[in-house]
Amino acid sequence: MLSIDSITHGVVLDHIAAGRGMSIFHLLKLDEVDSTVAIIKNVKSGRLGRKDMIKIEDRFDLDLDALGYIDANITVNIIEDGQIKKKHNLSLPSRLTNVIICKNPRCITSAEQGLEHEFVLFDKENKIYRCLYCEQENG
Amino acid sequence: MRHLLDPTDFSINETGELIRRAEEIIANPSAVADACRGKILATLFFEPSTRTRLSFESAMISMGGHVIGFAGAELSSAAKGESVADTIRMVSCYADICVMRHPKEGAALVAAKNSSIPVINAGDGGHQHPSQTLTDLMTIHSLKKRLNGLTVGFCGDLKFGRTVHSLFRALTLYPDNRFILVSPRELQMPEYVYRADSRAIACVEFGNLEDVIGKMDILYMTRVQRERFFNEADYVRLKDSYILTKEKLDHAKPDLAVLHPLPRVNEIAVEVDKDDRAKYFEQARNGKFIRMALIEKLLKPETEA
Ligand SMILES: [Zn+2]
Repeated sequence: MLSIDSITHGVVLDHIAAGRGMSIFHLLKLDEVDSTVAIIKNVKSGRLGRKDMIKIEDRFDLDLDALGYIDANITVNIIEDGQIKKKHNLSLPSRLTNVIICKNPRCITSAEQGLEHEFVLFDKENKIYRCLYCEQENG
Repeated sequence: MRHLLDPTDFSINETGELIRRAEEIIANPSAVADACRGKILATLFFEPSTRTRLSFESAMISMGGHVIGFAGAELSSAAKGESVADTIRMVSCYADICVMRHPKEGAALVAAKNSSIPVINAGDGGHQHPSQTLTDLMTIHSLKKRLNGLTVGFCGDLKFGRTVHSLFRALTLYPDNRFILVSPRELQMPEYVYRADSRAIACVEFGNLEDVIGKMDILYMTRVQRERFFNEADYVRLKDSYILTKEKLDHAKPDLAVLHPLPRVNEIAVEVDKDDRAKYFEQARNGKFIRMALIEKLLKPETEA
């Protein structure tokens, strides 16, 4: 296996579904940060067969809500001094800001400058969110 | 500070109080002749609606208040490009309360979030129209003496009909109401309206007007607009199914109440107006008084409200 330096200080996103690593990289806007970031694709994993991982050095301020919405199975490991200090289990957030974009052309979000797209969790079981403004459902 | 953006913003008790207050005002209008002295209502109609605007203005003036505002054609092109947030911040400096109609869904919520005065949603696109709903509830209450245990039919454009969305949602708050929806496939009620929360789906059935009118206590009619159809042939084929005639009314209960938010075009035949069950003009009269009660409530300082 390709060897990637383990990080001593930062975040490791583990158990990302294989092939989703790149889209999560963009979703978390990791292309805009100065930190060292590694995307590791198709790692062998007992649980998933194959998985992707993302390692981010020296950063802890990730949008965990957005991550929970994309895939609540991802594990978030906080690494300090080379040790796993904390594991976050993700859950569906009750509210999402600028993660889902409202597609309803009659919605005020399509016209009002500077207005954020806010979605509110409506049905947890079926992962349904509704636009705060027009109530259109995502998906 | 309270706003009225959605028909469920007020509790059942608050709605009941508003209806009682409106009835008191009808009985003794001079008692509130000075209730809003020195207060200013701003009417912000980004989309014209003569009827709703006049009703609010008349309500405010009858309580000794003043009215400022704009409507449709008076909007300069610059004002049209201004955001809702900027408009309401400006208006907050000039008025004590405002009423807004806007073509986009959710516009009233944007206004409320940026406002330092109470905002009344007088229609946001095809979404909600809660002050019309108060009028509808008041009319139903005066006719049936209750707002629960009713079978309520909605007929016509249930997709874009904001008055329908708001009244439907409000009536789901009361126990044991049943709903019958009569509309062309193209204009069915959006799921978000009748799935109010993830569990409860209101008790709903669908059907042809002739077949189901006999079960209804209330029939709420709306217009089916030609421009909502993809082609003329569908419109011509379907439109008569959604027109209430004397003949269809023969199948209805003797105490059915036919309501319509008005203006009516041809969806209720003029011959129906003479039938005792036609209550839409009575409904229009109630509109001003419930709006007086609403303005009075929203202008009350927090401690009294
Ligand atoms: Zn929306």
